[in-house]
Amino acid sequence: MVAAIKEFCLGLHSLATGLAVTLEQFFRRPVTVHYPWEVLELPARYRGHIVLVRDEQTGRLRCIACKMCERICPSDCIVVEGAKLPGESRKSVTEFKLDFTKCSLCGLCVEVCPVDALAFSKRYNLASTRKADYESMDLCELAKAGDAK
Amino acid sequence: MSPGHPTDSSVSAAAPRETFVLNVGPQHPATHGVLRLKLTMDGEYVLHAEPVIGYAHRMHEKMGENRTYVQFLPNPSRIDYLSAMHYMHAYVCVVERALGIEVPPRAEYIRVITSELNRIASHLVWFGAFLLDLGAFTPLLYAFDDREKILDLLEAVTGSRLTYCYYRFGGLCNDVDEQFIEGTRAFVKHMRGRLGMYHKLVTENLILRKRLEGIGVISAELCRKYGATGPVLRGSGVPCDVRKLEPYSVYPEFEFDVPHFAEGDCMARYKVRMEEIAQSLRIIEQAIAKLPPGPVMAEKVPRVIKPPPGDYYFAVEAARGRFAIRLVSDGTEVPYRLKLRTPSFSNLALFGEAARGLLMQDALALLGSLDLVIPDVDR
Repeated sequence: MVAAIKEFCLGLHSLATGLAVTLEQFFRRPVTVHYPWEVLELPARYRGHIVLVRDEQTGRLRCIACKMCERICPSDCIVVEGAKLPGESRKSVTEFKLDFTKCSLCGLCVEVCPVDALAFSKRYNLASTRKADYESMDLCELAKAGDAK
Repeated sequence: MSPGHPTDSSVSAAAPRETFVLNVGPQHPATHGVLRLKLTMDGEYVLHAEPVIGYAHRMHEKMGENRTYVQFLPNPSRIDYLSAMHYMHAYVCVVERALGIEVPPRAEYIRVITSELNRIASHLVWFGAFLLDLGAFTPLLYAFDDREKILDLLEAVTGSRLTYCYYRFGGLCNDVDEQFIEGTRAFVKHMRGRLGMYHKLVTENLILRKRLEGIGVISAELCRKYGATGPVLRGSGVPCDVRKLEPYSVYPEFEFDVPHFAEGDCMARYKVRMEEIAQSLRIIEQAIAKLPPGPVMAEKVPRVIKPPPGDYYFAVEAARGRFAIRLVSDGTEVPYRLKLRTPSFSNLALFGEAARGLLMQDALALLGSLDLVIPDVDR
């Protein structure tokens, strides 16, 4: 009988402390962010899908189509083609396709690039009803579209 | 009733006790991922439990054999997505051991800080999910609020929230900034206060204690039989921690205890993990105070990774127990064999024997207290 009363009191006590902890929350500011009305700023190192970088002085794509990224990619999701423009010693990129359906965003391609021609984008809310939209993303076109904006 | 038809009472006396098979999962809110349990039940009691695994098998070991060492870097963090840092640590360390690379001290310190932050984040997910299994919803929200702080810190440094891919052979891919150090310091202070709140809200709660104390007892002998490690083994009274027994990285430089409780019940495993969060905070505090300046990448890392032929092994203490990699190299750019010893697999293996004779709800409490990550079981 004494044990039962003791346990009842103990239970009542833990119930009261639990409710008190919860009650405290009423007087705190909410911790949630009301996306899409509020959007958090992404950190500088955020790893989105890759994009081609332009040289600031010449305004051309930095990529020299050396295919290092194509070779290191664990998922085989990069295809690069390049050609030598007349009168130039280095190659220029003519085609850069990314299969984003396979990409695991590891960033090895960005790290291996010898001329820093790749960077991470900060696009994260990517969605489409067609697989084709991300199966073969043309990064050269994407860079042009980015310039137009 | 026609004459000659047996009455109800005569059936139950003559026939064997009726049992039935209860299928839990593979898609079930209480199984955390795609684990299927075949439970042979006698009323509310479990007679026989058989875990069915393999739904999330992704051939990580085989993938290791068909790609170069660098190309395997994204994989370890996807085996156990909740303790990605530890798995990465084991992988880069086994390759460093094979190549004989000396890692700069600053890199090792940062590895310890990020690993311990990851351990806390992992235990917080377990804390929330475990209590959700037991029917308490509120603590999950508090735990995820704290975990979010860790994820924000790690995201600012690594660029990713879960699959960090931060360590490299010979160091780290980039250094931490002052903001991270300050943020971590503030988090340690914040988390200490929150731990007190968790104990007040959850640990001392009578309902929780009634659900956990004396339930699902696992003996140290059973752990030995199935190779269970980590908090499960420490909850059975064995102070076994890879960080102490086979010290790696800069762990010997820090003071911390290995929490262990002899009871072996669900409550003991709960207490081990809660105490481990406190110990991880201690390690982080010391590591930040001692963090040396310097480079975060070793100087002599070959461009093409070709470890000399041989057999290499490295074990770390992940959030769920001992994670070890055995690497066999034949001197080429691709590993000959990459054996992964994952803790969840061994921890799940003892479930069949430990759950025998338990009530259904106690068996689920036991399952929750093992802290399983199914992709880690299946790998």
